[in-house]
This record gives sequence, C-alpha cells and structure tokens, in this order.
Amino acid sequence: MTRMSIAAALNAGLRAALESDPHVVLMGEDIGALGGVFRVTDGLQKDFGAARVIDAPLAESAIMGTAVGLAMRGYRPVVEIQFDGFVYPAYDQLVNQVARLHYRSGGLVRMPIVVRIPYGGGIGAVEHHSESPEAQFAMTPGLKVLTPATAHDAFWMVQEAVASDDPVVLMEPKRRYWESSEVGDQPAPTWSSVVRREGSDATLVTYGPMVATCLAAAETAAAEGREIEVVDLRTLSPLDLQPVMASVRRTGRVVVVHEAQRTLGIGAEVAARIGERCFFHLEAPVGRVTGYDMPYPPSRVEEEFLPDVDRILDAVDATFTAGSDGEAL
Amino acid sequence: MNPSLPTESDESDLVRLLTPEGARVEHADAGWSGTDADLFALYRDMVLTRRIDTEGYALQRHGELGLWPPCLGQEAVQVGTAHALRAQDMAFPTYRDHGVAWVRGVPPERLLGIYRGTEHGGWDPAEHGIALPAIIIGAQTLHAAGYAMGVLMDEAVGHADSSRDAAVAVYLGDGATSQGDTLEAMSWAASFSLPLVFVIENNQYAISTATSRQTTVPLVRRAAGFGIHGVRVDGNDVLASQAVMEAALGRARDGHGPTVIEAVTYRRGAHTTSDDPSRYRAGEETEYWEARDPIARVRVLLDSLGTFERELAELDAEAEALGERLRSACRTLPEPDLAALFDLVHVETTPELREQQEAAIAWKALDTEETAS
Repeated sequence: MTRMSIAAALNAGLRAALESDPHVVLMGEDIGALGGVFRVTDGLQKDFGAARVIDAPLAESAIMGTAVGLAMRGYRPVVEIQFDGFVYPAYDQLVNQVARLHYRSGGLVRMPIVVRIPYGGGIGAVEHHSESPEAQFAMTPGLKVLTPATAHDAFWMVQEAVASDDPVVLMEPKRRYWESSEVGDQPAPTWSSVVRREGSDATLVTYGPMVATCLAAAETAAAEGREIEVVDLRTLSPLDLQPVMASVRRTGRVVVVHEAQRTLGIGAEVAARIGERCFFHLEAPVGRVTGYDMPYPPSRVEEEFLPDVDRILDAVDATFTAGSDGEAL
Repeated sequence: MNPSLPTESDESDLVRLLTPEGARVEHADAGWSGTDADLFALYRDMVLTRRIDTEGYALQRHGELGLWPPCLGQEAVQVGTAHALRAQDMAFPTYRDHGVAWVRGVPPERLLGIYRGTEHGGWDPAEHGIALPAIIIGAQTLHAAGYAMGVLMDEAVGHADSSRDAAVAVYLGDGATSQGDTLEAMSWAASFSLPLVFVIENNQYAISTATSRQTTVPLVRRAAGFGIHGVRVDGNDVLASQAVMEAALGRARDGHGPTVIEAVTYRRGAHTTSDDPSRYRAGEETEYWEARDPIARVRVLLDSLGTFERELAELDAEAEALGERLRSACRTLPEPDLAALFDLVHVETTPELREQQEAAIAWKALDTEETAS
C-alpha cells in the first residue's frame, strides 16, 4: 500500500505500462519536458526518451489520427488531450476512425489506443477547460470509457486501458488530480462498478469527480441518521449496473449524480435501465443531480452549476417525500 | 477560359516523359528506365483497372451496386505510382483508388462488396500493404503520417537495403487539400521528417467544386510552406508518375523525409454514380481530356515497338475474363449477417452487446418463422 495523488498514480501507471511493453508510446501536447500541463507525464520523457514520450505539434485531430496509423503499425499509443474542451478537433478521428476500424475491417485491424482526457470543472478555469463530454464517448459504438475516482483506480485503470486491444477513453477527474489515497496491490475487475460506501436507505450512483462529493453527502446524511449507499460506476462504457440494481432492489430510492449536463447524460441511461430492470422495486422516481443544460458557466458561478452536497441531499430527500404531499409519482 | 483546360504556363512545370501523342520525351529531373516488359506491365494494369472501373459502373447501373466512384481517366497516376511501391511499403488510398488497390493485389471483389453494401471493406492492410479506403475526406493522411512515425520508430529507413527500407504513400484528391487533417499531416510529416509521400490526384473536381475553389495556386506549392519537397507531374503519364514516385519513395526510404506530388489529371466520369457532371462542366472539357487519355498514349508506344501483338491480344481476353469474373462474383457476394456484426464492435465484446445480439437473433428467428408459416 502506497499513498499518492491521482496524478502521481497515473504517472506511476503510465511508467509501468511503458516498462512492460516497448510498443507503448505516449503522445500529446507538452507532455515531454514539461510533463504535461497537469504533470501527469512528469519525468517520463527523461526516462523513456523523446521517441516514446512524444511532444506533439499542436493539432488534436493529428494526435488522434496519427495514433490510428501507429496502431496499424503495431504500436499501442496513449494520447493525451490537454483539456476536455480540446477533444473536439479530434472528435472526427476518434468517432469515425478509432472507434470503427476494427468493425470496418471485419475484425482484422485493432486499435489498442488510449485517449487520456482530464475532464470536469471546479478548478476556476476559463472556457473550454471544464467540460464533461463523457456521454459523447460512451454513446459511441466501438469505444470503451473508464473513469477513476481514486488513486488506486487511476494506477490500475490506466494500465488496463493500455493492455486493452480495444480503444479506451480514460476520463481523468482533473479537480481530484491532487487528492491522495491508498494504492493497493490488486485492481478491481476492469469493467466493473463498485460500492464505495454501503447504506440501506437510498442509493447514489456517480463516477469520477463526483464520487468524493457523493461520499461527503453520505457522511452528512449519516450524521442525520440516514444511511446512503454510494456506487462508483468506474466504467461508463460498457456500463456495469449489477451493483446499482442490487442496491436499488434494497433501497428503492436512487439518485444519479454527475457534473455533465442533464439531457442525454449518463444519468439518463442509468435511470432508463433502472426503470427497465428495477421498476417494481422503486419507491420513488429516479432522481438526477447534474450540471444544467447550458454551456459550462464562467468560473465565478461554477459552484452553483456543479452538484454539491446540499443539492445531492435535497434530491435524496425528494425520493422520500415524493408522492407524500399529493405529488404525482 | 474554362478553368479546367490547362494553359501552356500551367503545364510548364509538369514532369512529363510520354506525350499525349505517345512520344517519349526527356526531363531534366526525372527519367523512366524500365524495360519494354515493364512498359507492358503498366499498360496491362491500366487496362485492367479501367475494366474493373467500367464493370463497377455498369453493375451500379444494373442495380447490383448501390454506388460506384469511377476512376476513369486517373489510371496512369494510380497504376504508375503504385508500381513504385514495394511489398514492405504501405499505401493509404481513397475510395477512388481502384488502380492502387489492384496493383497492391486486393481482389476487386472486395471493392464491389463495399459498394454493394455487403461489407465496409474487409481486407487485411498488412497482407496487401494497402489500408482500407478512406471515405472521410483527408482522414487517411493522418493515418499515413502515424504509420510513417511507426516506420521511423522501427528504424526501417536509411539502410540502403531495398528489402528492408520502407516508405508510406497516401493518396488524396484536390478537395482533400482543403481539409485541416491534410494540412496537419503535412505539418507532421515535415516536423518528424516522415518517410511519407503525398500523392495528390488533382482531378480538377471535388464532386462539383472546381480545384480553383480549393486553391488559387498550383497545389504543389502547398509543400514549400511546410518545407516539404514538391513535384508536379502529368498524372495522365504513367511513366512520369512512376518515375517521380520512385524518386519520392527513394528519398523517403533513405531517410530524407516527405514529398508532395501533385499529379495533374482529370476525373472523366462522375464523382459517383449519384452525381450529374453535366450540371457543372462543359463537354469541351471532357473532350480535351479524352484526347489526353492515359492508356491510349501507352498503346501508341507499345504499337510502335511492334513486339507485343500476342500479349495485347491476350490482354483483351484477360480483361474480358476479369469483367465476367466480376459480374458473376458481384451477384454471389455473401450477404452480411447483422448478428455477426455485433462481434466486430470490440475485440472483447460487452455484456450489453451480447444481450442485444441475442435479442436480434431471436427476433430474426421469429421473423423467419412467421415468414415461413
């Protein structure tokens, strides 16, 4: 067991991946001498050389598109998109090429590419630096999407993503980069969700940067005598909703929490599937606490936009009061 | 003046080794030193490429294909440049590069499958040294640049070893030169000194849009801004096309970096069978380019040699047989199985996809049962 930050855990995981397979190459903007704007690749170019930790020209579509060619040549590229909002120039290559070449080629061409994207808000940034586009990748056939919430998951997930023969988008919760936790010796199963806190009264389903917020909400609720279970999805594509269904069957009350905008977000899919599988176990409609359906706001009001403990607990309360005052269920 | 009828000054910098009339000419910077047998091999591949193209067009008109993008008129640049590739090289083609695919040994039935809708393009790029055709315009330029990065990482250039040193060729049209991806790929190629040759088949049109809308200067001049060597060639001259490609690939294999080739040619057919060129170009233009046919000029040369009569007669029969083979193969291409496509989404499938796959199979079985009863 070692205690480290999520950024340090990602760095250690990337180092392990570079050590274990000479075909692993890192590519991105400013990832070399600078170590990336978040220092996630700190020291890697020094140790593995500029041919394996490549400072790319400033062109995201090219970073993604050349990763396709590298993969065709037998390499396992790990590309860094500097900020979430910068992924859109690469979106065409990601969705039209990376995600489809295995399918297009009848299974003959593999795309073992990892796309690392720092995502989410809460860091007081200017526009285009606080986006949560994860649903756009999770809804794209051919891509898999992972998001760690702990240093342990960060360390193991990045290695599992590199080992995957399928393209994986690794969404890294940037506002949690510097939060430290224990890194253990055994990874959780790769494409699985986990219960972060057990509770019998209600269920919070969340992932990435909102896991810590939901755990804080559960802590507050416990002080008030309400036990909330918190499920960390970890994998957004494929979704593993077994722990969610099991939890909802016990609690009957569930709220999905994410920073991303509400409409057609991950929460919409989770709520739909709960409806399909657990409808008769529900005591109340599935709640959602999310960002609002507006472009990410100026940072001075981002705390109002982002789900916080109070909004989450208010939504949990609503699952207990729904219907009791004549409100339609 | 019609923008697609080149003026003398437009042609002054063209590398040309065989005139439209079929006369060999010299050029200070390029030469073709093949044998007569090599000349016949180029002719054969151009003739067979045209046959594949003609059959594809006819099959679409007979309702056997959903679409066909004709390469009529572009046989020389495609066949000539592809002849310069070696087994260890990799080509990244567009959807119109039937001649490149043919020379690289892709069975043309696989091209028919793409346009019949039985597959998206299932051949193994590693087996044939040619990637699947790009449909998104310009996307392949970046794949080629990345592949070329891999060639450099593999240290597969600069050994003066013809069995080992490798290069990458990417084919693109004049329209693709306006795409950001193409310009990023050129930037990348220059910055990393990639063993990459850009073959711009300037066929004068991007669907209906004339090249003059993509650029105000010859496309080859794009290269200079990136610090890339550029060369402009008569794309209807198979000898010049092969010669400049061999020089460019040689530079790439020797570790001297990328080249941009602008091959000036003309798309004599429609963009695809869904297109109507009469809406945007005049007959005099197509007549001008018909007179500059890439195949006819080689035939003049071959006939003047007078030693290929038997081979030429055999080639007619071979082309007939290829046509017959394609017509019959097209109608018997296996229908795709939707249920099997689920297995191609990922290398390692997911529980959700398995569930949907089972549902699709069950639904189809039910449907089949109902149809049967």
